[in-house]
Amino acid sequence: MTWDEIWPLLRTATGETLYMTGASAALAGVLGLLLGVLLVLSDRGGLLPAPALNKGLGFVVNIGRSLPYLILMVALIPFTRFVAGSSYGNTAMIVPLTVGAAPFYARLVETALREVDPGVVAAARAMGASRRELVVKVLLREARPGLVAGLTVTVIALLGYTAMAGTVGAGGLGYLAISYGYERFETKVMVATVVVLIVLVQLVQMVGDLVTRRLTHK
Amino acid sequence: MIQIEKLRKVYRDRGRAVTAVDDVDLTVADGEVFGVLGRSGAGKSTLLRCVNLLERPDSGRVTVAGQDLLALSGGELRRARQRIGMIHQHFGLLSSRTVAGNVAFPLEVMGVPRAERGERVAELLDLVGLADHAGAHPAQISGGQKQRVGIARALAGRPKVLLSDEATSALDPETTASILALLRDLNRRLGLTVLLITHEMEVVKRICDSVAIMRDGRITEAGPVRDLLTAPGSELARDLFPLPAHAPRPGSTVVDVTFEGDSADRPFVSALAREFGIDVNILGGAVEEVGGARVGRLRVELPGGPEENAARLAHLRAQGLTVEVAP
Ligand SMILES: Nc1ncnc2c1ncn2[C@@H]1O[C@H](COP(=O)(O)OP(=O)(O)O)[C@@H](O)[C@H]1O
Ligand SMILES: [Mg+2]
Repeated sequence: MTWDEIWPLLRTATGETLYMTGASAALAGVLGLLLGVLLVLSDRGGLLPAPALNKGLGFVVNIGRSLPYLILMVALIPFTRFVAGSSYGNTAMIVPLTVGAAPFYARLVETALREVDPGVVAAARAMGASRRELVVKVLLREARPGLVAGLTVTVIALLGYTAMAGTVGAGGLGYLAISYGYERFETKVMVATVVVLIVLVQLVQMVGDLVTRRLTHK
Repeated sequence: MIQIEKLRKVYRDRGRAVTAVDDVDLTVADGEVFGVLGRSGAGKSTLLRCVNLLERPDSGRVTVAGQDLLALSGGELRRARQRIGMIHQHFGLLSSRTVAGNVAFPLEVMGVPRAERGERVAELLDLVGLADHAGAHPAQISGGQKQRVGIARALAGRPKVLLSDEATSALDPETTASILALLRDLNRRLGLTVLLITHEMEVVKRICDSVAIMRDGRITEAGPVRDLLTAPGSELARDLFPLPAHAPRPGSTVVDVTFEGDSADRPFVSALAREFGIDVNILGGAVEEVGGARVGRLRVELPGGPEENAARLAHLRAQGLTVEVAP
């Protein structure tokens, strides 16, 4: 293949990867944040202790985290069909990506929230802050650097997961690398996808680090 | 201003129970600085946290400014807390907010409109001498400055009561002195009632009007500092004036003489020796500045047994000195 033939393929595949990663990162970000906050709130000694809920959530999150992504994706095919109307294609792929990344991010959110100084929370309570204010203005706000750093790790993990999208008929860089680079021995395609993936990961990490540093006042 | 009755708090943890506060009664008068002094683990923080119900006591009553806190609903309690300031050993500042942002926080909680917040924040920072640091983040200022931010923040709701949990324990002696001076000043100028807990005698000496000594969850002694220092058998006095142990020799009597105020300025030892024509042996002594006045204790040995010394001790007592015969 000539570069002229490769370029359009590469451009489309990059677009597909960005679409799948971006959409699932946004969804997993929201879901993971919610789960992480619930995990911290419901903990024994948390702001809203609920041991049963905490155990249940922890269990579900751990299941999500213990399955290799490829298996999770295949196991979720019926669910994906139910949610997305089809179990094939880029949009359908967003469902398992989100389900895989949300528990991962939830644990990172939990860790970030636990690192908030309990003395600050106590001080805010002493000032008469409501639970909502404690969560939004103290916990989430103080944990921002950790939340962004965790999201950066999650986005990079998602970029990796999208490589397996080909298995369920979605596109993206991973599919391109496998179908052209591996199965048709097009070394140039393989090299090009690897380079694009490396650049993407570096970019995500750089932006993530920059934002994290901006938010840190230590 | 603050009334604590029969307060009890037990921590239960996996079958183990720790009685952190054990049947404590305490009354803090309007406008005074009241200190609770005790070693680490005595239950001081728990006691203080029960005053604004950061910890819920197992039993007892807490009344602040006439309000029975345990009878309040969630919302009412939050509003009551907005009128009870609190400062903390490790400051408890939001690292993500500037100094001004930290002081604005309680105003936001109270629902003060944004337009009015700026002015009030400036006023509060001015009060604690931090007007120049409004834009700094907590990580960029010193410990003493952080505590000043904590104090400004605690005063945002114009509280009548300030609770202080070891506010100076993380600070060096010089900074401690300046923070204590600020608290004293606020106490006088704003009529602020201060309930503080500390393990440092220095804090009691410098600013407390009254003190309670806490040990193993119980108050063992309480009252105005001046009274306690001159009260026979007082633990506070014993801690403040550590005197060398001394068993009286046969035929002599060892007495501790506590003097304060006017009596601190009179040469009562030489006067006693002259008056009765005896030799007075000084075994030890200490003089401290407490609440701006000199208070001291002297351990002396007088010749003769109890009968011979009765008149001499009466003579000392007549001068306003507190005299205790050592056992
Ligand atoms: N949250 C808690 N859970 C269990 N035990 C506690 C808790 N807080 C304090 N304690 C225990 O209660 C006792 C009193 O602690 P505290 O009030 O912090 O004392 P102080 O402030 O005088 O050092 C200690 O034995 C401490 O271990
Ligand atoms: Mg303590």
